Amino acid sequence: MIDPADTDTDTATATRLDPLDPPSPLDVASIKADFPLVAERLERGHPIVFLDSAASSQKPRQVLDAMTRYYERHHTNVHRGAYQLAEEATDAQEGARDKVARFIGAASSREVIFTRNATEAVNLVAQTWGRQNLGVGDAVVLSHLEHHSNIVPWQMLAAEKGFELRWIGLTADGQLDLSDLDRLLDGAKLLAVSAASNVLGTLTPVPFLAQAAHQAGAKVLVDACQYVPHHRCDVQAMGADWIAFSAHKMCGPTGIGALWGREAILEAMPPFLGGGSMILNVTLEGFTTAELPHKFEAGTPAIAEAVGFGAAVDYLDKVGMDNVLAHEQALTAYAFRRLHERYGDDLRILGSTEPSQRCGLASFVYKDVHPHDLSQILDERGICVRAGHHCAKPLMKQLGVNATARASWYLYNDRSDIDALVDAIGAADGIFDW
Amino acid sequence: MAGLEDLYREIVLDHYKTPRNRGELQTPPAVRAEGLNPLCGDEVVVYLMLEGDQVADVKIGGQGCSISQSSASMMSAAIKGKTLREVSDLTHAFKGMLMVGDHGHDSEVEPHEHPEVALGEMEALKGVMKFPSRIKCATLSWNTLIQAIHEARSPEAAAQEG
Repeated sequence: MIDPADTDTDTATATRLDPLDPPSPLDVASIKADFPLVAERLERGHPIVFLDSAASSQKPRQVLDAMTRYYERHHTNVHRGAYQLAEEATDAQEGARDKVARFIGAASSREVIFTRNATEAVNLVAQTWGRQNLGVGDAVVLSHLEHHSNIVPWQMLAAEKGFELRWIGLTADGQLDLSDLDRLLDGAKLLAVSAASNVLGTLTPVPFLAQAAHQAGAKVLVDACQYVPHHRCDVQAMGADWIAFSAHKMCGPTGIGALWGREAILEAMPPFLGGGSMILNVTLEGFTTAELPHKFEAGTPAIAEAVGFGAAVDYLDKVGMDNVLAHEQALTAYAFRRLHERYGDDLRILGSTEPSQRCGLASFVYKDVHPHDLSQILDERGICVRAGHHCAKPLMKQLGVNATARASWYLYNDRSDIDALVDAIGAADGIFDW
Repeated sequence: MAGLEDLYREIVLDHYKTPRNRGELQTPPAVRAEGLNPLCGDEVVVYLMLEGDQVADVKIGGQGCSISQSSASMMSAAIKGKTLREVSDLTHAFKGMLMVGDHGHDSEVEPHEHPEVALGEMEALKGVMKFPSRIKCATLSWNTLIQAIHEARSPEAAAQEG
């Protein structure tokens, strides 16, 4: 019924250059060579086409090597032993924190709390600041763009504390609808919003939102999971009080993320998890907390992962975040042009059609083909895309779709990856066109 | 290596394109159960009308991928008019074909042999076994049916116990 050879003809076509396509500032071939999985893995006889970096990015050799080197030469527990090795492990952990702090423009490394991931960072704020400051009569403002990780922690706390959740809606092209912002923020204690949507690619006006929220007396938490990996990030310019992000989406390992917060606010927050490392003193009567950032880091931390996080930041710094962004925007423009040329109105991309207004991903629906089936067909060609609700079910409901396919690109993707995607989508016709 | 032709068999696509027993039944007297696949958002709604020990009528609602929806359609055609005992045998046979345990956790177990139960056109879904991520799509409607049966019988069971 399906003969892959029938539809393979276009795959061999060389990358199409169009004078209108913006050039990429990156030497992608040499970057690709740094990422073993992308460079070496074959999928059903095809080189893998990895287009799911918005879910989790691949890791360069530099990150993997740094983690291995740490375990081979420097590992012991941190902030405990008084021997040389213990100092090396502590330096490795704290050196990584310094790198991450510099990468996002933090005023000090004391403002960077290592967490398990961005989800835990949001939960940390909810369970400490939120638990202390939110109650009946209060309001938290979220948006319809949010990932479940910035919805559920607030729903859990709201169910317990009885505060109100308010929602910023969307315009037709997937931007935040700010027409009602003043009313939504009136009396609110917190605005918790994404800087970039993992479904629509929408970039939100964080500095503007932060200013409006602060004027209304609300604190501002930004889910920067899809933002920090792709943009030069300056927390001072963003104007938020906290931002949350994960290492694994930015070339780093899984199991570690970060919460950045303004020092004065972090100081005023109660601790999160209790245990070793987060205390200054413990008696039978009680405890006092450690200094920042350790106050929020109970137990033995993910040390090798922190080292990997630091190496990932070094890697991205060396490539240059402005270059990463320019490369992604060039690929976005190329992808949108090619998808439209090939499929016209049969393929609907959700969100803004202006590449400079979005991050490097496209959620799309092709004809009536269910995204789950489409991703299966793409998988046959070694193309990895995400299919489903992308952990944003309220948003999907808002958009009137149950699921989409999502292709997302990063610094190691090039036009040949987009070409493979464009050529493969049509293979669904042989199966589902009736 | 498994090819897409193992998955998208003609009869599977036929049930996807022209689903049988699509619709709703009035509840009560029918019962309604809803199954969700949290990973991909597939959704199957089963309306079940029992008369005594027999499936008098069944209707299917919901939305999702070709495998979840065609499996639901095939299931509805297969169970209509059957006794609960026969439905139970079909459930075991179907899950056995996909090497899925029947304890509700989709744990992989040795395939059951149910030579006495003919799965008929549902055999076309056997290829799903080669695509582990799709097994949950194929079994979603059967798990939802189990819920519906449980619900339909629970008042009765409660009455008996009472």
